[in-house]
Amino acid sequence: MELLVLLLVPFAGGLVLALWGHRSLAPELNSGISLLTFLASAALTARIIADGPLLVWDQMFFVDSFNVFLVALTAFVSFTTTLFSRPYMRIELQKGKLTPGRLRLYHSMYQMFTFAMLVVLLTNSVGILWVAMEAATLTTVLLISLYRTPASLEAAWKYFILCGVGLAQALFGTILLYFAAEKVLGAGGTALLWTHLYEVKGQLEPTVLALSFVFLLVGYGTKVGLVPLHNWLPDAHAEGPTPISAVLSGLLLNVALYSIIRAKVLVDGALGSHFAGNLMMGFGLLSVVVAAFLLPRQKDIKRLFAYSSIEHMGLMTFAFGMGGPVASFAGMLHMTVHSLTKSAIFFAVGHAAQKSGTQIMADIRGLIDSNPTIGWGLMLGSLAILGMPPFGVFTSEFMLLTATMHEQPWATPFLLVALGVSFAAIFGKVQPMVFGVATLQRLPHRPALLPVFVHLGIVLLLGLYIPPYLAVWYRQAAQLVG
Amino acid sequence: MNLPLHAQIINLCAALLLLLAFAMLTQRRIRSLINLFSAQGLVLVISTLTVAYATHQTHLYYSALLTLVLKVMLLPWIMHRLIRKLNVRWDVESVLNIPATLLIGIVLVIFAFNLAAPISQFSDTIAKSTLGIATACIFLAFLMMITRRKAISQVIGFLAMENGLFFAATSATYGMPMVVELGIALDVLVGTLIFGVFFFHIREKFESLDIHHLEKLKER
Repeated sequence: MELLVLLLVPFAGGLVLALWGHRSLAPELNSGISLLTFLASAALTARIIADGPLLVWDQMFFVDSFNVFLVALTAFVSFTTTLFSRPYMRIELQKGKLTPGRLRLYHSMYQMFTFAMLVVLLTNSVGILWVAMEAATLTTVLLISLYRTPASLEAAWKYFILCGVGLAQALFGTILLYFAAEKVLGAGGTALLWTHLYEVKGQLEPTVLALSFVFLLVGYGTKVGLVPLHNWLPDAHAEGPTPISAVLSGLLLNVALYSIIRAKVLVDGALGSHFAGNLMMGFGLLSVVVAAFLLPRQKDIKRLFAYSSIEHMGLMTFAFGMGGPVASFAGMLHMTVHSLTKSAIFFAVGHAAQKSGTQIMADIRGLIDSNPTIGWGLMLGSLAILGMPPFGVFTSEFMLLTATMHEQPWATPFLLVALGVSFAAIFGKVQPMVFGVATLQRLPHRPALLPVFVHLGIVLLLGLYIPPYLAVWYRQAAQLVG
Repeated sequence: MNLPLHAQIINLCAALLLLLAFAMLTQRRIRSLINLFSAQGLVLVISTLTVAYATHQTHLYYSALLTLVLKVMLLPWIMHRLIRKLNVRWDVESVLNIPATLLIGIVLVIFAFNLAAPISQFSDTIAKSTLGIATACIFLAFLMMITRRKAISQVIGFLAMENGLFFAATSATYGMPMVVELGIALDVLVGTLIFGVFFFHIREKFESLDIHHLEKLKER
């Protein structure tokens, strides 16, 4: 029941908003739909915690403790993002960067995008997962190109071509997976269901599965933004509207990583070796190091934080690749705190860029004088993402580093150096933006900063104290991931 | 070696597909490129029908019908309309010249056969020998996407890649489950429609569909 509401609301919302057009209450309606989605996800979460995993509708949808926490996170962040986008998009409209017609496209596609991500998370079929991922790509292409500037068209084109090719690889991987599964489970729909695949994972043909995992990792890894497949990510973040940068970083990358992790559990069971984990650790570590060393060269603030997202996705991929209870727990916690912190940062960055009329960091100065809340939001968000205690990112990174020292000591220096370099780069750039001499004007509408502080508050809370039920929940999920 | 008639037809179709993939790689006229794409779709339909007939897999008839409607009629029609409106005829220069592209293509085919050999070993479908060709078609379409300059030929390359994937699915496993195939077809159709609209925006902003205008965003 909750599941039906959860999936139906954003889908119907997308249609309604397309018809509703640019009438006055469209942004409020958008927030309302997202709030409803969030409430449904909360109800679903409560039910999963109480009753255990759920398998419904001809086994097509499947909820366990691993994906339900991502569902709740996705619904929550997409709700707070609508709160931020209401004044943000209004200011953009007033500045003439948008037409009312495009705002309608934005609202409608925003809901469709949420819908596609929820389907990816909730579906039990590897095939439907691919279809929904492609749908998410198509909706985001429209969202990234929303301003129709040459740069945004280019970013959207690059995104389509790179992710299209990536997703074609993932489809090939899915075909290979089906090929191996069909031998054991027989032809037909059941051979692509995660629940059935997990039951027979020991009997699947190892060679085919290894090859299939490579294609799936490269395919969905393009969407996660793993180096060297990350080229689309900074452009898409920098040229799209800021609310979209926030949900891309905070949610879409997580969702893509989720598909890789599901495949990894399966392949580990079939191969009986650490092949999949090693591949993920390699890609993850490379992403962390390369992204950290690209950070000091950035001039555009949204590109800076886009590279920081690549770095953090690398950390998570590394954590899940390493496996084991501590690393998986750390990966899960990091997924949560990263999406909350990074979306909060993008909210603050969005208003800061609107105030100064540019995204070039050298031209944004003295936020603390002209608007202390934006300034503090950006400063605290940056400190949180850099892993300063007592924020939650510190906890997860600390756990990850301890696990690394224990299991894979050779990787520790790489991680420490990368974290150090990114600290120096981001702090050195954000500090003058916040505390320099002010050069900014006032905004025509009040900025929405509540979501920034709500997100940072949760991250702070998670750093100081993880509620016991949440810890149990993460631990269960970590067990599923292995 | 005496193969049954249906196996011979499937092998013939596979050979034709590979030939068409190479033809697409060298074709510079966009109109002919679209015709080659729809010819590839037609060959795909014939081979799918043959597999369906030989193995009595009824759902393959539906996916053959879907391919016929979508890839042989609808998509080529949309693209013909698009290029008439946009008035693009030639994809003048590619990044590499034709002989070099062909040579790389041959290397890719050899690589594809090596990659597919261990997989088709486990297959027991009648079309297992064609898996290598399917993989080769995917790689050749990929190469076409890399070497082309016009946005529209990149999209055709993308669709040709989808053709290769479809052929791989039918030859290795008699096709994916129907729900998945319908979903994929829907995504392909919506994607093409979105990019039809997109081309106009690109042309309006850059006054050309040449993607070298789309290379401004680099690390500075």
